[in-house]
Amino acid sequence: MSTSSLTTRHPNQILVERLIRAILFSCSAVAIFITVGIVASLIFEAALFFQSVSIFEFLFGTEWSPQTALREDQVGASGRFGAVPLFVGTGLISTVALCVSAPLGIFSAIYLAEYASDGVRSFVKPLLEILAGIPTVVYGFFAAIVIAPAISDFGKVVGLEVAYESALAAGLVMGVMIIPLISSISDDIIKAVPDSLREGSRGLGATKSETIRRVVLPAALPGIAGGILLATSRAIGETMIVVMAAGLAANLTFNPLEAVTTVTVQIVVLLTGDQEFDSPKTLAAFALGLALFCVTLVLNVVGSQIVKKFREQYD
Amino acid sequence: MTERKSPGSLSSSAMPGVVERHRGEERFKFLGLAAILVSLSFLAFFLVSIIGTGYGAFLQTALKVEVDLTYDSLGLVEPATEEDIANIRYRSIVRSAMRDIITEDVGRREARTLYGMLGAAAEFDLRDIVVEQPQLIGTVASLWLTSSDDVDLYNKGDASEASQLQTRLSEKQQEWYATLEAQGRIKTRFNWTFLTSSDSRDPEVAGVYGAMIGSFFALGVCLLLSCVVGVLAAVYLEEFAARNRWTQFLEININNLAAVPSITFGLLGLAIFLGFFGLPRSASLVGGMVLALMTLPTVIISSRVALQAVAPSIREAAFGIGASRVQAVFHHVVPLAMPGILTGVILGMARALGETAPLLMIGMIAFIADPPSTLTQPASALPVQVYLWADSPERGFAEKTAGAILVLLVFLLLMNLMAVILRRKFEK
Repeated sequence: MSTSSLTTRHPNQILVERLIRAILFSCSAVAIFITVGIVASLIFEAALFFQSVSIFEFLFGTEWSPQTALREDQVGASGRFGAVPLFVGTGLISTVALCVSAPLGIFSAIYLAEYASDGVRSFVKPLLEILAGIPTVVYGFFAAIVIAPAISDFGKVVGLEVAYESALAAGLVMGVMIIPLISSISDDIIKAVPDSLREGSRGLGATKSETIRRVVLPAALPGIAGGILLATSRAIGETMIVVMAAGLAANLTFNPLEAVTTVTVQIVVLLTGDQEFDSPKTLAAFALGLALFCVTLVLNVVGSQIVKKFREQYD
Repeated sequence: MTERKSPGSLSSSAMPGVVERHRGEERFKFLGLAAILVSLSFLAFFLVSIIGTGYGAFLQTALKVEVDLTYDSLGLVEPATEEDIANIRYRSIVRSAMRDIITEDVGRREARTLYGMLGAAAEFDLRDIVVEQPQLIGTVASLWLTSSDDVDLYNKGDASEASQLQTRLSEKQQEWYATLEAQGRIKTRFNWTFLTSSDSRDPEVAGVYGAMIGSFFALGVCLLLSCVVGVLAAVYLEEFAARNRWTQFLEININNLAAVPSITFGLLGLAIFLGFFGLPRSASLVGGMVLALMTLPTVIISSRVALQAVAPSIREAAFGIGASRVQAVFHHVVPLAMPGILTGVILGMARALGETAPLLMIGMIAFIADPPSTLTQPASALPVQVYLWADSPERGFAEKTAGAILVLLVFLLLMNLMAVILRRKFEK
């Protein structure tokens, strides 16, 4: 090492550092490539699909039967690609899931943030997180083998007709999976509400629960709503639970006791059968994927913006 | 809350409704506690039912039979060559062994149900034993062989009467079973087959080994790609990038990618890797690449958090003694952030291990009876195996499915433990 290297850098070193910077930059650009790849491949394949099926039929048609014809003159030979039953089914199962996870998640968060001691908190939080770490295929098995038969049997006892692959069973289990997502976001949000609000309320003579209900929760509501949007996006995009526990036939119904199918289920069904790459049947999966991507993207952007705004509001 | 009503505090007449308000307080607190208890009881119920169903997959029923391996009955001449051993007709040996135990006269049809008590697994067992111990040839050996799936379920289920009624054993088979049991010829042993064999149409021979190897290959590819690219991207964003629009755009992009439904990555893999580049379907290479796309955002985000946690004074000290930015970052900041980065990477890998949907998209759904030996061979993966077995109508597979889930959960537990230990160790 000459003394000059202390003051001026060797030209080779400068070159190497430039190279390293370029490599680092290109690695971070990979994220952009992935997004571009997703959008481009979905749009490209969906465009091919919309050449044979009109986009209006896809978005507003109420009949979904994408089988390919065996004979020329077969009834429904071309297949019907009205995706409304799938959208409704997805919405139905997601609604059931949110009805389970929102109250459980929010109340857990309130208890953890406002009442629980540090010891209880550090014990319960990781336990709840386990629910989010269990693979979804395991939830799917659980829903199909344990929950669905139990609900169906219970329905028989009460005298209700419950389909074996009811939206209720899939939604219930999906709800359990989402609890930790809602509870950890709500917990963060509630913690971010400044103590001065709580102290003001207590100073006026409100009890702790009155403070939480009338001061902390209203202040935290926008943030919690943002969290629920993120949870909705998660529920809509969830695949394995519905593939294993929800139905395959596209029924247009709002009754959670009946079997419905979802967008993700149909993507899996369309793409795991026979593989002709450019049949409308295969391409339909990409159109569904595009719809799924757009809806979840909007929910994620809006949800995370709300949560972020909320955090900054009190900083 | 009774302590509030101590002398000196305001009486309820002075503050109307105070008792009711305090009751409301209790109710509200109870609601929160109940929500937590309900959520945790889901977890407990879930684990208990999976373990309750799955532990049976690790046990198998074996029958003791006297196997006639004398040269005469095998039709061989001394000494037996390896080729001879490979060509032995194990099925007929197992069958005649069964006939020897049940001494009563059985007709052709009944004989078939008798042979049904020792399935394909018994033949494999016998072949393995003979290949391993050729000295047994020429003797009559008393061996424990794996029973058929139906006998296995009958044996494991005989605690409850309901499963007795549902059994697929015929009455005659149940009689024979009782005879064998009375002779002490039935035992339950640890099911090594489940961990050492691959998928099969017969539940008693099916195992998770092939799926484990497939998952291992895919995770290896995923680790290599997402770890290298993810960590370098995080280093760039955290240490080099200027705060401008482009960087902001990158950040928003990465955050959104982290929340994209996993099945979308499968569609990307199908369209680009399989459709455009023509890579083989169902290969663990493609599986790993798709999983890497999925875990990349998570790895970037957690690595950035780890890099942020390194004190700025470290960087300044490095600059102060003349290090360039690249030197400061790679000699000092990255090594210090490594435990945090590794924790994030391990958690990302754990998520990738449990992921199924994108693998289905790239065709990892076929029945594959052999573990893959290269990255481009058709392979299965643990969660895919769970999905395939869960769909299988054979009753014996319900137990296997839960068993495969237990294997998967054990791996996840180990990975998470590793992450926790790593974090604890370096927090000090």
